[in-house]
Amino acid sequence: MDFIWDGIKEAARLWARGDAEIIEITLRTIAISAVATALALGIGVPAGAFLAMRHFRGRRLVVAAVNTGMGMPPVVVGLLVALVLWRSGPLGALDLIYTPTAIVAAQFLIAVPLVVGFSMASIQAIDPRLLDQIRSLGANRIQLLWLVAREARLGLLAALMAGFGAAISEVGAAMMVGGNIAGETRVLTTATVLETSRGNFEVALALGIMLLVMAYVVNLVFTGVQQQRRAV
Amino acid sequence: MRDERRSDPAAPTSEGVTKIAIRDLVVDRDEATVLRVPKLSIAAGRVTAVIGPNGSGKSTLLATLELLVAPREGALLLDGVEMRTDVLATRRRMAAAFQDPLLLSMSVRKNVETALRLRKVPRGARRARALRWLERFGVGGLAERHAHELSGGEAQRVSLARAFALEPEVLLLDEPFSALDAPTRAALLDDFAAIVAETRPTTVLVTHDRDEALRLADDLVVLIDGEVRQGGAPTEVFAAPADRSVADFVGVENVWLSALVREASGVATYRAQSGELLDVVSEAPAPVALVCVRPEEITVSPRSAASGSSAEATSARNQIEAVVTDVMASGALLRLVLQGSHYGLGENEAMRIVATVSRPSLENLGLVVGTPVLASFKATAAHAIAHD
Repeated sequence: MDFIWDGIKEAARLWARGDAEIIEITLRTIAISAVATALALGIGVPAGAFLAMRHFRGRRLVVAAVNTGMGMPPVVVGLLVALVLWRSGPLGALDLIYTPTAIVAAQFLIAVPLVVGFSMASIQAIDPRLLDQIRSLGANRIQLLWLVAREARLGLLAALMAGFGAAISEVGAAMMVGGNIAGETRVLTTATVLETSRGNFEVALALGIMLLVMAYVVNLVFTGVQQQRRAV
Repeated sequence: MRDERRSDPAAPTSEGVTKIAIRDLVVDRDEATVLRVPKLSIAAGRVTAVIGPNGSGKSTLLATLELLVAPREGALLLDGVEMRTDVLATRRRMAAAFQDPLLLSMSVRKNVETALRLRKVPRGARRARALRWLERFGVGGLAERHAHELSGGEAQRVSLARAFALEPEVLLLDEPFSALDAPTRAALLDDFAAIVAETRPTTVLVTHDRDEALRLADDLVVLIDGEVRQGGAPTEVFAAPADRSVADFVGVENVWLSALVREASGVATYRAQSGELLDVVSEAPAPVALVCVRPEEITVSPRSAASGSSAEATSARNQIEAVVTDVMASGALLRLVLQGSHYGLGENEAMRIVATVSRPSLENLGLVVGTPVLASFKATAAHAIAHD
């Protein structure tokens, strides 16, 4: 059992020392997941709003697909992205496999159904008569969407947290499409897997704790925003 | 046949300019036609109340004017121009308030300012204008409160202030007072009436409340089963409903099927099914008619044993012998239900008469169930609807 205690001490030491590699991996992890989440929000919130506010033929099929996507195994997403980006694949010419961009693409695909699903649910919860009132006030489409998003902001923050949480914590897809290349595509999750397989439990623990702390801090910030007395 | 002037809904009222004209409107919902309005004009600068029972299509009519519901066919003209040609531009000339306040999740002041911003009112002008209208509706002191912290009455005042702050050409109101408790509602109605009288926007007010319509409306439109049954001045509609369904809705509780007996110098005499003779002032009496009298037009007095009748005490043309069969509370007044003393030959059914009296007069007259009474009303208070 000593090695666990040793691991925690070593993790603390790595942190205290400000280990360059860990810092670099952490920053890369944040950057990749932030970009993936931002893209997921950019596409997912309008898509969720559309699904919530419009009724069209086949809407059920789309909603069912979104719900399936919310529970999609990341490793399947990784496989799909890998197939597409593989050098002989449809987008192979872009030469994106084993790049941070490939990880962004995979994380985006993992996060986007969550963002769409959460956005749709929170916008659907708005009284439809309020939408009529906003239209009657003279809102154009963009103004309507903006005010709706504002009304649904607590739910949209939940969408943001769910999307970011899924993106940053996923490991299978990042491994498959990123390749865990040191200094290029190594992120906290893939690094943790690697160090664990090498038996470097103290480094793995340091990375794992870093991942946990980061997820916690990010969620603390968003929760603070979400739960503050409704902004006046 | 029917009095065409009165029952022509296309010309409800009005002196004045037509602001909104509806032509051949048909609105479907869930593949069923819920509204059919061949012709209706809304006069500029006046309050037009659209009344009717639940499900009559009045909210659909308003939603159609708000361009929230697309009609299957027909024209909606605002100042002679089709409203749906430019939906956004048309909406920005109008403002709407609903039964629920439907405020945005922000401060009271921001609610109004946001509405102004949507219509591109310059930033510098928004705040003062918002505060001015909130003040007018008596909620200036709540400007910095969150909209969701208000009481129902306060929130509805904010909602109306927001609509008025837009200074619309047309104001569309869907039962804005009906969710409020009575004292709150009375206070808001007073303020609202004063503000409307001063600002005079073209207003369409949908309500199922007859008193509200009488209080606020310049023109009245009665909508029943998706059709305009009558349009006109409120007092006219309430006194002289165009048909049975309108009579029922506007609270004319005394409706007696009668046959014309004679006509002389503008007064038609009808015989009710139960046998009573009824004098009605009428220019063009129909052979068979529904004779209508509002309960508040009927005076009730005890039949004294001595005279047998108190006819000499009144100038009313109609006097019906009856007996009190029920006394019911109805707001501040009491409703007396009387049973006529005659019995019809064919129908074997006595006349049912409803009258309203105040509590003091009930006590003064000593009216209780079983008291023989005389129900009196003027020939001018009665109205005959031709019955096909």
